[in-house]
Amino acid sequence: MFKPLETPPSDEQLSFTFDGKPVAATRGMSVAGALFQSSTDAIRNTPVSGSARGPFCMMGACYDCLVQIDGVTVQACQIPVTDGLVVSRVPNTHKGAE
Amino acid sequence: MMQSQFDIVVVGAGPAGMSAAVEAAKHGATVCLLDEQQRAGGQIYRNVAQTTPAQAKILGKDYLAGGRLVQELGQSAVDHRAGVTVWNVGEDGAVTYSRNEQAGQVRGQHVIIANGATERPVPIPGWTLPGVITAGAAQIMMKSDGLVAQNAVLVGSGPLLYLVATQLLAAGAPPKALVETQTRRNLMSALPHFFGAVKDWKQLVKGMRFLVTLKRAKVPRYTAASEIAVEGTDHAQAVTFRAGGKDHRIETDMVLLHQGVVPNTQISRSLKLDHRFDDIQRCFHPVTDALGQSSHPLFSIAGDGAGIGGAKVAAISGRLAALNALASIGKIDAGLRDTQAAGLIRSRQSELSIRPFLDVLYTPPEEVFAPADDTIICRCEEVRAGDIRKFAAMGCDGPNRTKVFGRCGMGPCQGRNCGLTVTEILAAEHKRTQNEVGAFRIRAPLKPVTLSELSALSDTIHQDKTQ
Ligand SMILES: Cc1cc2nc3c(=O)[nH]c(=O)nc-3n(C[C@H](O)[C@H](O)[C@H](O)COP(=O)(O)OP(=O)(O)OC[C@H]3O[C@@H](n4cnc5c(N)ncnc54)[C@H](O)[C@@H]3O)c2cc1C
Ligand code: FES
Repeated sequence: MFKPLETPPSDEQLSFTFDGKPVAATRGMSVAGALFQSSTDAIRNTPVSGSARGPFCMMGACYDCLVQIDGVTVQACQIPVTDGLVVSRVPNTHKGAE
Repeated sequence: MMQSQFDIVVVGAGPAGMSAAVEAAKHGATVCLLDEQQRAGGQIYRNVAQTTPAQAKILGKDYLAGGRLVQELGQSAVDHRAGVTVWNVGEDGAVTYSRNEQAGQVRGQHVIIANGATERPVPIPGWTLPGVITAGAAQIMMKSDGLVAQNAVLVGSGPLLYLVATQLLAAGAPPKALVETQTRRNLMSALPHFFGAVKDWKQLVKGMRFLVTLKRAKVPRYTAASEIAVEGTDHAQAVTFRAGGKDHRIETDMVLLHQGVVPNTQISRSLKLDHRFDDIQRCFHPVTDALGQSSHPLFSIAGDGAGIGGAKVAAISGRLAALNALASIGKIDAGLRDTQAAGLIRSRQSELSIRPFLDVLYTPPEEVFAPADDTIICRCEEVRAGDIRKFAAMGCDGPNRTKVFGRCGMGPCQGRNCGLTVTEILAAEHKRTQNEVGAFRIRAPLKPVTLSELSALSDTIHQDKTQ
C-alpha cells in the first residue's frame, strides 16, 4: 500500500468522511490520495459486473475513481481534500447489488 | 467580470503550454492559459513550485528544472486559470471549461492545444483490480500527495518505468521487482538507431545510471517477460508471468503498470482535425507542420499531444506554436516568425535524436495490442478483447460501430482507455492498417458536466453578449 514520505509536504492535518467514516489527510492531498493512504482502494463497484474498482491513473483520464460529493459524481483524484468534506460512494447500480 | 476575449488561448500548462503562453505574452499578445491541475507544471513538473526539499531529493534534477518555467509564467502577463477542466473547444475558438461546478468560456483568435499525453493502456488479465495503478499514478502521488507505493512490482517497459522505480527507491520504498517486457530482439532492432542516439549521450548515461542504481539496490529485474497477469479476486495479490523459460509468481498488493505514453487526442479529435497513425510509436497523433499548425487554421498543437518527444521538446514546440499563432493573427510578420523559428527547430531536432532508439527499444509487446479473448479492454463497460473479435466477425468494421455492438467506448472515459486497443484488434481482425480502421469519434462534452453548470454558462454567455 502507501506510506507518507518521511518528511510530508505539509503538516497541516485535515479530516473528511468517506461513507460516514473519518479519513485523515494532509493539505495538498487529493481525495483519492487520502483514501489510498487509509488503505481504501476499492471505492466503488462497477455497474456491469459489480466488481470492486478503485483509482487507477490519478490524472483525470480513467474515471475509475468516481465518488459523490453533494450528490454530484466527481473524480476523486481531481478533488483536493478540504476539512470536513463529505464524500460518499457512488450508488451501486449493478443488478445483483442489494 | 473576468476577461473572456484573448488573442491566444492555450489549453494545458505543462512545459509546452507554459512556454507557448510566455512566448506569446512576450510579443504583446493577450493570453489565457487553462489547466485542470491546481498549479502549473503539467505531468513532468507537477507541483514543482510547491515541492519540499525532501521531495526535491527524491524526484531529481530533471523535475526541479521545471521550476524556472513556472516562475517565468508567474512573472508574465499571462492570465493563468488553474483547476479548470476544458470540456469543449469550438471551431470558432471558443473554449468552455468548468471550475468547481461553475462553467466559463473564453475565446481566442487562435487556440494552442497543449494537453499532453496519457499513459498507454496496458490491458492484461487482472488490470482492473484495486491495487493495480499506473506507474505514472504512483509518481503523481509522490509529487502531489506526499505518498509512496510500498513493495510495488513495476510491470511493463520504458524510461518512465525506470525513473519511477528509482524515485521509489530514493523515497525509501524499494520496489519488490521490475517485470519488464522488452526483449533481446527489441535491442537488436534498436541498435541501428544507436548512433543517432549517441548525439544525446547525456540522456543515454542517465538511463544507464538508473539501471546501475536499481542493480546496486538489488531490485530484481526480469526481462522479456510474457503472459503477464495480476492475480486476485477483490484486490491484487500477485503478479504471474513467464521469463527465462520459467513460470514466476511474485506476491504483492501493489502493481504499477507502464508501457510508455501516447498523445491525448480528445480535443484534437473532437475538432475533427486530421490524425495519422505513427507505426513506430504505435499511436495516433494529429497532423501538424513544423510549427505545430494543425489541419484547421485556428488551432496549433504543441508538446506530447502532437507526438511523444519529452519535456524539452515540448517546451521548444510550445514556443514554435506561439510564433505560429502570433503570425497567424498578425501580431508578428512571417519573416520574424521564420527567423526565430529556425534556431528552435534545429535544437528540437537534436533533442529528438535519441527518440527512434528509445521508441524501438521500448516498443510494447504484441500482447498489449492483441490481448487474450477474456481480457477486459474497456474498463468502463467491461468489454473483453474476445467481444471485439466477435463484433468484427459480425461485420463491425470500425471503432465507432463497436459502440453499437457492445457499448465499448461509451463509458465516462470516452474511450481514453480502450480506443487504441480497439483500433489494433479491429486492424488485426480485418487485416487492415490502423489508419484505415480509424479511431473513436469524440464529441463534447469531453468530460461529464452537470445541468446546473450548463445553465450557469448560458447566463454568463448571455451577459457577455449584452455588455
Ligand atoms: C503521468 C505521467 C507522468 C510523467 N512523468 C514524467 C517524468 O517524470 N519525466 C519525464 O521526462 N516525462 C514524464 N512524462 C512524460 C510527459 O508527458 C512529458 O515529458 C511532458 O510532461 C510533456 O509536456 P506537455 O506540456 O506536452 O504535456 P503535459 O505536461 O502532460 O501537460 C498537459 C497539461 O494539460 C492539462 N490538460 C489536459 N487536458 C485538459 C483539459 N481537458 N482541461 C484542462 N487541462 C487539461 C493537464 O492537466 C496537463 O497539466 C509523464 C507523463 C505522464 C502521463
Ligand atoms: S484515477 Fe483516473 S480519473 Fe481519477
